[in-house]
Amino acid sequence: MRQHGFGIHPPLFYDLSRLANAMLNSSLKQLSTLLAAKKISSVELTGEFLKRVKALNPDYNAFITIDEKISLAQAQTADAMIASGQAQPLTGIPIAQKDIFCTKGWLTTCGSKMLSNFVSPYDAGVIERFNAAGAVNIGKTNMDEFAMGSSNETSFYGPVKNPWDITAVPGGSSGGSACAVAARMAPAATGTDTGGSIRQPAALCGISGIKPTYGLVSRYGMIAFASSLDQGGPMAKSAEDLALMLNVMTGFDTRDSTSLQRASEDYMRDLAKPLQGLRIGLPKEYFVAGMSADVARAVEAAITEYRRLGAETVEVSLPNTKLSIPVYYVLAPAEASSNLSRFDGVRYGHRAPEYTNLNDMYQKSRAQGFGAEVKRRILIGTYVLSHGYYDAYYIQAQKLRRLIAQDFAAAFAQCDIIMGPTTPTTAFALGEKSGNPVQMYLSDTYTIATNLAGLPGMSIPAGFGDNNRPVGLHIIGNYFTEAQMLNVAHQYQQVTDWHIRMPDKLIT
Amino acid sequence: MQWEIVIGLEVHTQLSTRSKIFSGAATAFGAAPNAQACAVDIALPGVLPVLNRGAVERAIRLGLAVGAKINSPSIFARKNYFYPDLPKGYQISQYELPVVAGGSVKIIQIDSNGNECEKTIRLTRAHLEEDAGKSLHEDFQGMTGIDLNRAGTPLLEIVSEPDMRSSAEAVAFAKTLHSLVRWIDICDGNMQEGSFRCDANVSVRPLGADKLGTRCEIKNLNSFRFLEKAIDYEARRQMEILEDGGTIRQETRLYDSDKNETRTMRSKEDAQDYRYFPDPDLLPLEISEDWIERVRAMLPQLPEAKRSSYMAAYGLSAYDAGALTATREMADYFENTVKLLPAQAKLCANWIMGEVSGHLHKEVLDIAQCPVSPAQLAGLLLRISDGIVSGKTAKDVFDAMWRGECDGNADIIIESKGLKQISDAGEIEQLIAGILAANPQQVADYRNGKERAFNSLVGQAMKATKGKANPAQVNEVLKKKLTE
Amino acid sequence: MSLSLDDIKRVANLACIEVSETEAATALIQLSGIFGLIEQMQAVDTSAIEPMSHAQDVVQRLRDDTVTESDQRELFQSIAPKTEAGLYLVPKVIE
Repeated sequence: MRQHGFGIHPPLFYDLSRLANAMLNSSLKQLSTLLAAKKISSVELTGEFLKRVKALNPDYNAFITIDEKISLAQAQTADAMIASGQAQPLTGIPIAQKDIFCTKGWLTTCGSKMLSNFVSPYDAGVIERFNAAGAVNIGKTNMDEFAMGSSNETSFYGPVKNPWDITAVPGGSSGGSACAVAARMAPAATGTDTGGSIRQPAALCGISGIKPTYGLVSRYGMIAFASSLDQGGPMAKSAEDLALMLNVMTGFDTRDSTSLQRASEDYMRDLAKPLQGLRIGLPKEYFVAGMSADVARAVEAAITEYRRLGAETVEVSLPNTKLSIPVYYVLAPAEASSNLSRFDGVRYGHRAPEYTNLNDMYQKSRAQGFGAEVKRRILIGTYVLSHGYYDAYYIQAQKLRRLIAQDFAAAFAQCDIIMGPTTPTTAFALGEKSGNPVQMYLSDTYTIATNLAGLPGMSIPAGFGDNNRPVGLHIIGNYFTEAQMLNVAHQYQQVTDWHIRMPDKLIT
Repeated sequence: MQWEIVIGLEVHTQLSTRSKIFSGAATAFGAAPNAQACAVDIALPGVLPVLNRGAVERAIRLGLAVGAKINSPSIFARKNYFYPDLPKGYQISQYELPVVAGGSVKIIQIDSNGNECEKTIRLTRAHLEEDAGKSLHEDFQGMTGIDLNRAGTPLLEIVSEPDMRSSAEAVAFAKTLHSLVRWIDICDGNMQEGSFRCDANVSVRPLGADKLGTRCEIKNLNSFRFLEKAIDYEARRQMEILEDGGTIRQETRLYDSDKNETRTMRSKEDAQDYRYFPDPDLLPLEISEDWIERVRAMLPQLPEAKRSSYMAAYGLSAYDAGALTATREMADYFENTVKLLPAQAKLCANWIMGEVSGHLHKEVLDIAQCPVSPAQLAGLLLRISDGIVSGKTAKDVFDAMWRGECDGNADIIIESKGLKQISDAGEIEQLIAGILAANPQQVADYRNGKERAFNSLVGQAMKATKGKANPAQVNEVLKKKLTE
Repeated sequence: MSLSLDDIKRVANLACIEVSETEAATALIQLSGIFGLIEQMQAVDTSAIEPMSHAQDVVQRLRDDTVTESDQRELFQSIAPKTEAGLYLVPKVIE
């Protein structure tokens, strides 16, 4: 973790431990209320979380950069907003930002050596929105390099540890954000999801996360992995927190051609609706082979809970979903191979210290700047786009992408929402799959299809499997039904407490 | 062996938008290095392209002007390759489904017998893309400097079919296109600044053969003269190889204007694999019929139509009408002149293409900068038509007008310099009588069949009047007197 | 389809990534495994299906032709590896 010096010392005139304990499981709304009531200042709150980050991060490696000076200055600004009555729901609340979002004046690495010296000269659209909302940036979270990975082991800054078991992976690519929220180093965080990168780590770390409909969250300033699949979204403890975060994160951005022009929504609006009559689609393909027994047990228990809440279940079929992984591993690397061409050591980023000529500079800078997984995907992507292979791979994958999307359209004719497991297993051990890309890729088997279709997907905590590792329930909605999905999740979280559980050892 | 040269051109026209095709940076020429390269242009991580309406509208204008189909949707694709002046490592271009498909351009040339001939050159397509930056090869610590101000400038690449058969045709096509893009105001046409650049695909084949020969592409020809010379050199090179029993290698070549030769840049074997694919950051471009019609309504009358109307209304040749419609400013100048002298269209045309253009060319001026206004020119031409000055004297008057003498007023110049033509019949009769009396020998010679003596007598008459005698009248009276 | 070591080297060269012999050999094994997965796609007849490039069926939005950016060269070049006189410097480009 990189630390910048203290500029402002956190005040020490209040009872830190009392407040700290109370705050750890506080919802965003509760924190907002505390701030509004001047029970605590943003500077105090931020100082508390910074203290916790500094205490825990050496073990968990959730953050790549913290900058207390900037964070506390933002907190002061937030306190001024609160004092002058200009507070919004997230004003003064510390939020951890995935290191994929360009943040002006902050090192923005995307988990890569390539950008290990990149201090962003501008803010991503998402960062601007948090700034405008008066939120405090508590630090930049660790991630798989360029968001390519499902375990956070591909980060140049080393793997993140799972707060539930330090020998297990937190999932990826938004593993640092998931860990930060699970270990209560931040009340909420941002993530991005190209094939499951919000939902899979949320599931593995026992928190909630939602990838909205493609086009709702601006991709401007969000370092691109696979442009047609990437989507930013929030990671937090509860559905209610996600709703507040989504209210800030979503919205039209003229600088992103794929950003959708829609009327703004209040994602809190439907949280309290009863679930009576809700039709939950259970894809038969999700409940056959592949899922481990402990995950199956937890997911079935969650569905039973939903029936108790008045929902009914229908079997639906997603016959082409099994092709999601092959399709994804053509399309995402193809787009990535091109998106990552700008990292050439000419205008920013890593340039090899020694080279013989221009081509050698390119070859060496890129060979040194990118890690193994990123290179692997660039090679795959370059290959599938190259002369003579384009139709067989790229075009075929795009056609199958349509079939996969059509499967969902058919399923949503029969149900309101789709549920299943987020991941086939609970968190696996660090190092267990890092040598075997194919095994690693299969851990995203349930999440990828929603990205291909552009649908919103969500994971919420649904209990624990073997070895007390969290299980995530996957909720897939139709396009633009985020408010309903949050309602569905929130109602479950009213009758269960999985989402506020935290590892015993982390309760101070 | 008789050879036929086959040429197709790819013309890159920089579109005259204020901002770049995918960013809000300015496109003005000549800014300090990288001062007009914004976050999108230097391809910072996370930035995204948004398409400029002005660039699309200009593409539609071109499409309508050449009678092409406007594709809707059209698709933007990435052309992937590494080069330091290409910040993203790919160029956003169009590959399948360009914005403009088909169309054609008519060219007019004068053949070796002096006859006008018209030919239609078909266009394959025109597509929108972004320009690259510039590499400056002056020595910077032994390195190359990269200026990205030009990166992201909108280009419309206009691709012709291989319909041209000589360098002259290729130049005529390029000039016609050059005049058209300025005419419809989509490109400033400034070739020195690189606003209009040509690549030529050249092949040769035995005359009468159906099959096209192997072609070479010559890159970056930024003047009509280089275009002509490069094609001539390349065609000769290919013919020589074939005549020696060799084969042509398909390759990309560069024209070296200092040595007047083309040389290999890269062969087909190491041709780049550009890995084109649809840009996921840009959505399909849809152009509504309504938009097309609005653009059509704003188009000026096109040069081809204007040319025909000049031919019909003023009896001008296609070549003359073509020259007067080379630019909109030229046509405006002609029309503003002829408006004042409707009966003397041919005289107006001749003067504009002759004296006016000659003076402009000599001083490297544009017709828009011409110091003699159409009204002033018409004032002079009126005095030619009514016999006040001779055509020859008028040129001197024009010189004075060009210099701004007497506020460019032809009548005042004629008056003050005493250049008025002598057309009084009595005065001329008297003059001729004097000349005849003074030159008995020439008179005798003429009467003995020496025609040349007549010209000498005319010369004497003109000399005696300092060129002011009306030459037609001098001729007439002389003839009459000599045959008396 | 089976990948060869030459394919790996060709593709690495296209992608401008230097690979050693060992790295190429490892990449060959790993990519072959991944392409084993990818080949599952070929079992489906998609002749009647339109390729899907974007998640949403929307069309390109257009920007007005106005200049919105100002000169930020100094800021942008403060993070550049090598510059002089406002230019980005790279090893000599030979054409």
